[in-house]
Amino acid sequence: MIESLRALLPGDRVLTRDVHLAAYESDGLTAFRTKPRAVVLPETGEEVIKVVRWCHQHGVPFVARGSGTSLSGGSLPVEEGIVIALNRLNRILEVDPVDRVAVVEPGVINLDVSRAAEQYGLHFAPDPSSQTICTIGGNVAFNSGGAHCLKYGMTANHVLGMKAVLATGEVAEFGGRSREQVGPDFVGLFCGSEGLFGVGVEFILRLLPEAECFHTVLAGYRSLEEAGDAVAAVIDSGLLPGALEIMDALAIEAAEAAVSCGYPAGAEAVLIVELEGPVEKVAAERVKLDEILEKTHSFEKRVAADSMERMTIWKGRKSAFSAVGRLSPDFIVQDGVVPRTRLGEALRRIGEMSEETGFRVANVFHAGDGNLHPLILYDGRMEGSLEGAEALAGRILEMCVEMGGSITGEHGVGMEKRDYLPGMFSDYDIEVMKRVRAAFDPKEVANPGKMFPGSEAPSLSRSGLHPLEEAGVISRE
Amino acid sequence: MAEKPSSAEEVAEVVRAHARISAVGGRTKPALVGEGKELGLSGLTGITDYKASEYTFTARAGTTIREVEEVLKAKRQYLPFDPLFAESGATLGGTVASGACGPGRFRFGGLRDFFIGVQFVDGAGELVRSGGKVVKNAAGFDLPKFLVGSMGRFGVMTELSFKVFPAPFETVNLSVICPDHVSAVERLAEVASSRWEADALEYDPSGKTILLRLGGPGEALDQICEEIEGRWPGEVEQFKGTTGWRDLREARWAQGAFLVKVPITLSRVSRLADWVDGCAGAVRCWCSSGGNVAWLSFGRNELNAVDEVLRGHSMAGVTLRGSDPNGPWLGERRESAILGAVKKALDPGNRFPEI
Repeated sequence: MIESLRALLPGDRVLTRDVHLAAYESDGLTAFRTKPRAVVLPETGEEVIKVVRWCHQHGVPFVARGSGTSLSGGSLPVEEGIVIALNRLNRILEVDPVDRVAVVEPGVINLDVSRAAEQYGLHFAPDPSSQTICTIGGNVAFNSGGAHCLKYGMTANHVLGMKAVLATGEVAEFGGRSREQVGPDFVGLFCGSEGLFGVGVEFILRLLPEAECFHTVLAGYRSLEEAGDAVAAVIDSGLLPGALEIMDALAIEAAEAAVSCGYPAGAEAVLIVELEGPVEKVAAERVKLDEILEKTHSFEKRVAADSMERMTIWKGRKSAFSAVGRLSPDFIVQDGVVPRTRLGEALRRIGEMSEETGFRVANVFHAGDGNLHPLILYDGRMEGSLEGAEALAGRILEMCVEMGGSITGEHGVGMEKRDYLPGMFSDYDIEVMKRVRAAFDPKEVANPGKMFPGSEAPSLSRSGLHPLEEAGVISRE
Repeated sequence: MAEKPSSAEEVAEVVRAHARISAVGGRTKPALVGEGKELGLSGLTGITDYKASEYTFTARAGTTIREVEEVLKAKRQYLPFDPLFAESGATLGGTVASGACGPGRFRFGGLRDFFIGVQFVDGAGELVRSGGKVVKNAAGFDLPKFLVGSMGRFGVMTELSFKVFPAPFETVNLSVICPDHVSAVERLAEVASSRWEADALEYDPSGKTILLRLGGPGEALDQICEEIEGRWPGEVEQFKGTTGWRDLREARWAQGAFLVKVPITLSRVSRLADWVDGCAGAVRCWCSSGGNVAWLSFGRNELNAVDEVLRGHSMAGVTLRGSDPNGPWLGERRESAILGAVKKALDPGNRFPEI
């Protein structure tokens, strides 16, 4: 049957040899791997539509994939299915400085949108840490986040319109170029649907003006709790920083070893606060911020004097994830969310669980929105180590739900957390979601086995860092 | 059975008892109400959870915007999208169902950007939850967003969670008189892409006047105002107070029987404004949110003409006030199988008004 795919695309763009398929058998969640039956490389939206219609007609499961950086196993192939690799649909079709939108194909790399908009003083706000390599199609499917979500929201907040081929083969256009629309918000529903509805072939993205200036502060604390208190003080002050990030001692140690970011020696925690906006506003707000931080117990405070120093501060933060790879052959990263006022309690409990189970846990998190990123270190070569780490990860997710938070802030449920979805939603809530899914995909051919519990899991096998992670190109955040 | 349900369970019970039913909040946008039994939500009120430090609150669907805004104001917080018709008694549920935002939508986004979680009764008469109560969440399908602007066609919302923001320390208002619509659009584009960070950016085509609201520390605003005044000398004026913005949020400029929301883009604003000028007062227009929404107000006699113009420009509109037997949708409608399929998934018994 796969042979009939070759009628849709030139033969060299339908890959079936093992050596070619190997590159697609895993994504950012490296513990899982599955070999698909074929990988197709469409170059136009029309070709994607043809392939999806073929899948619907023949009942062949498909997984659309960009750069494969999903941390929840969202682009993990299905054994009996095909992978639709969208990297060649990488055209930025339009940047409109008046309407302040960009029209792009799904394989466009996140950062390239901002690069194209820069000439007009505009940018695309969502900035997942893998933004130099991850693609817009994947950002939309998993509603990716980043360090600026408190102020600017997630990917879904920046997608205004789209053209998609649904899993039924229907080609639909949702939303448009306006920031407002009438009728139910299908764009909002499609964002974060984890590839279960179909494949977006064109997106209209909202662009925002670039901030005129930044004021970036790095503060060192003797305890995580003190850093957490500082976050609460900033939030309660009425300031709305663009970013509020915390790293703990283990994460600092790793970042220091990797990129020599020069964070305050002996810090149990560092806090990064960044204000942004017109110079006059930032000048006035930094006075308020200084007053607030003055009252906290930071033992060292540094202010970035220029963009180079700002980059150095962020370098430590952004390298933390791949840097943890120096401390351990393997690690799992979770992205559960807790109410911000309970961050301190959540971190204390993670610490206790770490001691109890013997797995080291490094913490890096988006403190402004309560989005944790515990990195659970393990050694995949040791019997039972991955399973033990996964069990600890599961306990952390359960804690997030119990506190009134979420099992995922920005990575999505995917393959990894599907068994925890019932912790957040009732059986009936999930049944309704499945009814909605069936409206888009009655045959369950679009990315089956993700988000919903109960499907058979593929084998766990890999040990060690993702090759791109080793190269420092991507990081798990 | 409760005539005036005061709990989500009671709402579900009423829904199950009627083959056709339509939710009603504060009746500030009467065109939302469809056929069937009217299900009033004035008994389903109250903020159930609000911790200012979380930037979130949860409230029952019939809670008025006015109540919410008062509670938020006490903690120096606000709903940045300026929900409409607060003084007239609009409720949270009706606000989300209509998808209508005010001037503040410009800076940080609209309802879709602040509505984070929902409990609703689906067409099977069962309670469903979607989204969450924390500012960041990517678990499960985002039904809250889907319900924004859905006009109550998929379910009856019973409880809603929102993200909120700290209110600006101070605000300053400016008006900019423009020679014509084309130059107004150029100026709107300049402000929208500028370093100034306007919180609101409105355009009144009848007076060819741009209205700007800036928020932040007072001393910074003074300097930014000075720069804007220097950019268009003699055409920029400061105005005090919040009355003007409140009037806008109540659409007091709109005197016609019909009030219609039309999503638009800035590059098309001057053409629409020209058409409105040609209507010699029979149609009034207000452009909101940096030229992303055109509000049209007109009498019954103009309904067909507006519908035709929208179709001619491949634009769509939705009526919030004014009664049209053909339903609230005007202008171009995209035919899609998926709309019917999702309607069936959420409202299998077709209890709620037709989409």
